Amino acid sequence: MTTAALAQASNAAIYAAMITLTFAMVAFAVSFAAGRRRVTAVAASVGVREGEGSVAVLTRPSDPGEQPEAGRRSANIAMSLTWLSFALLLAGVVMRGLWAGRVPWGNMYEFSISAALATLAVFLFLSLRTDVRWLGLFIVIPVLLTLGMAVTVLYTEAAQLVPALKSYWLVIHVSAAVICSGAFTIAAAAAGMGLLKGGLERRAVARTGSSDGVLARVPSVERLESFTNRVVAFSFPLWTFAVVAGAIWAENAWGRYWGWDPKETWAFITWVIFAAYLHARSTNGWRGSKASWIAIIGWLAFLINYFGVNFFVNSLHSYAGVS
Amino acid sequence: MSAGQEPVAPLPPLGGLGFARWAWRQLTSMKTALILLFLLAIASIPGSILPQQGNDPLKVKEWIAGSPSIGRLLQSLGFFDVFAAPWFAAVYLLLFISLIGCVIPRARQHWRAMLAPPPSAPRNLDRLGGTVTLDVNAAPAEVLAGATEYLRRHRWRVVSGPAGTTHGAQWVAAEKGYLRETGNLVFHVALLLILASVAVGGLFGWKGNVIVKEGGGFANTVTQYDAWGGGRLVDSESLTPFSFTLDSFDVDFEREGSQRGAPKYFEAKVTYRDDPAASQQQSVIEVNAPLEVDRAKVFLVGHGYAPHFVVKDARGTVVFNDAVVFLPQDGNFTSTGVVKIPDSEPQLGLRGLFLPTASIDKIKGGQSVFPGPDNPAVFLSAWTGDLGLDTGMPQSVYRLDSESMTQIGLGTLRPGQIWDWQDGSGSVMFTGFDRWASFQIAYDPGKEGALISSILAITGLMLSLFVRRRRIWVKVLDPAGATTVVQVAGLTRSSSLDDIDLGALTDDIDALVREISRAEATPKEHS
Repeated sequence: MTTAALAQASNAAIYAAMITLTFAMVAFAVSFAAGRRRVTAVAASVGVREGEGSVAVLTRPSDPGEQPEAGRRSANIAMSLTWLSFALLLAGVVMRGLWAGRVPWGNMYEFSISAALATLAVFLFLSLRTDVRWLGLFIVIPVLLTLGMAVTVLYTEAAQLVPALKSYWLVIHVSAAVICSGAFTIAAAAAGMGLLKGGLERRAVARTGSSDGVLARVPSVERLESFTNRVVAFSFPLWTFAVVAGAIWAENAWGRYWGWDPKETWAFITWVIFAAYLHARSTNGWRGSKASWIAIIGWLAFLINYFGVNFFVNSLHSYAGVS
Repeated sequence: MSAGQEPVAPLPPLGGLGFARWAWRQLTSMKTALILLFLLAIASIPGSILPQQGNDPLKVKEWIAGSPSIGRLLQSLGFFDVFAAPWFAAVYLLLFISLIGCVIPRARQHWRAMLAPPPSAPRNLDRLGGTVTLDVNAAPAEVLAGATEYLRRHRWRVVSGPAGTTHGAQWVAAEKGYLRETGNLVFHVALLLILASVAVGGLFGWKGNVIVKEGGGFANTVTQYDAWGGGRLVDSESLTPFSFTLDSFDVDFEREGSQRGAPKYFEAKVTYRDDPAASQQQSVIEVNAPLEVDRAKVFLVGHGYAPHFVVKDARGTVVFNDAVVFLPQDGNFTSTGVVKIPDSEPQLGLRGLFLPTASIDKIKGGQSVFPGPDNPAVFLSAWTGDLGLDTGMPQSVYRLDSESMTQIGLGTLRPGQIWDWQDGSGSVMFTGFDRWASFQIAYDPGKEGALISSILAITGLMLSLFVRRRRIWVKVLDPAGATTVVQVAGLTRSSSLDDIDLGALTDDIDALVREISRAEATPKEHS
């Protein structure tokens, strides 16, 4: 394919992915709304034995409960559309790389489409292991926003890498950071969902004395919190690795491994907040909603690092490529 | 208590020791660690918003000049050097003390746990839930030996009991996943090691910047640097004695597309030697490829133009013949610089603007429109009088103090052109230009330690998050009975109650049950 054809194909694939994702969003929203009408409580499968502190008693974790019939079809349609969007987006990102003749991580447009791809990838990977259809709506929305911003504000033609980015560390450092962007987004979405459900349940109990039927399609608050914890436990070592890889690269490019450049500072802040999250998960009184808030704040710190530092602060990491 | 009938136990006297113990317990509690982590995150924020002394001292000056009263207040509070400020140090030192106070008792506890055998089976395994009961066609001793062998093979720590029974063992207790806590401790100790490595780098490391023109040389002594900073324990008299010359500097810029003007590559060809007695070697320094000489690293951090001038006085004698470093002011390398000629009579000075690709704009005046030298030109203003070099005040080589000088005139020159001053006091010829490269030379003896500690930290972190601590018991219910009835049950022991923990344990139990069942058994029930 010629360069011009590749460019066109890459952009077309990304637009197509946005269209299918929009349909996926609608389908997820339909299923989400439909699920609310059914009265199904999903019991927590984890119990704590009295007086045993943090020792969990083994019970066979049952399936999160059969999905209520209403809305299940649209959830399945939404998942299929998400897979299709993922394939289209993957094609778009790969062709972008071919067009540029390098890894597609040279400017913010490319970082953004890669982050969107990674978010879908982590979500779909999780969907292979456990039922996460309930999370779909809140994954597709940020992915669509990211893509929308990428094709409008951040769009740049493919160009050669500036010399500072010409290093194999680009592949190592950025791929880890991009996967973390997906995982942090999913963790924050699940944490937000847990807070929402917890709040609605409390209100329902206050009003009707029962929390049955509140966001019935969504797993219990405990399961949401445990899900968030698992995703953070996966992404925190990866984020640590991304930061360390960045430090090794910085040592090789700038002559110091850590210099409190704004990007480094916010990477550190993000790291500290997620470290606080993991500590909160094993501190009495912090395990529940407080920990969920910390996960959301950590994700916000990550966003500030991505958008804020690239646009508003003079940083060595200003590779936005947007004028 | 509330009834007031019982005598209230007197509080222990809160003397110096009591208070110290109370304070230590507070400091090392998890809640305090959490709050300190938040404080650390919040305390870092101003360091990313305000300009910092270490990264951009010029911006700091500008900021303070812009709003002097707030600026001076912020400066006195250390907000322009956050990461060296005492309050920032207070937060992370408290955090590390809290960490040590947490790690030491946990290490002791973990050590004991590793030496201790797995705890004996609870009296009633049914209470654990998820218990599997099997009827096995084999002798109890055989079943337990089989289970022990299987668990040992899968790296469980196994004991059997109870001790000293006549019938032989009645149960097997196994535990696995000690590496979780080991990893947790390793991670936290590695964080301490990273801090120590940073401290080593800060005390024994040094860093300097120098600009070298093409053809120019550099020898590693403090006086040769334009800027140099070293740790408190660095002997600045005995830096490693390497030297290098910049043979040539090559750069190419993007000509097309949205990134027009962005550099495609730049590289500095150098000849260096490790010490004055060593043989010469050649090397190319690029942005991501520094030169390593005797554990110090030479990084290419910037570049620019050095226009070459030949200045003659009224009698036609050459009083100046050299290339002069001009500093770039924008992305298109519009560069400024000065030439000072103290040896002529009277003294001469030139203030210059060098444009690699000159474009004369009616409104903006001269400016460069491309960073490459497509159409080079210099705009000069010539001055005569007293350069002010004899006052003893240090002067910047990039600024001309024209207070006691008079202007001769203004001229625009292309390469090869000569400008004769109207008053007949001399001439200047713009013969062409060289390039210069700026280097950062750094030595950090702590960086290897920091790297090793980081790898240790990530390894420990992964162990502490992914290893599952768990226990399994296999118990023969009625050792004297006709058939052998065996129960298998387990517990997870990680602090976060996750399905994944239970899932892992369930898998373990299922595998063990299958193993036992192979001794011609039939699983009776899943409770």
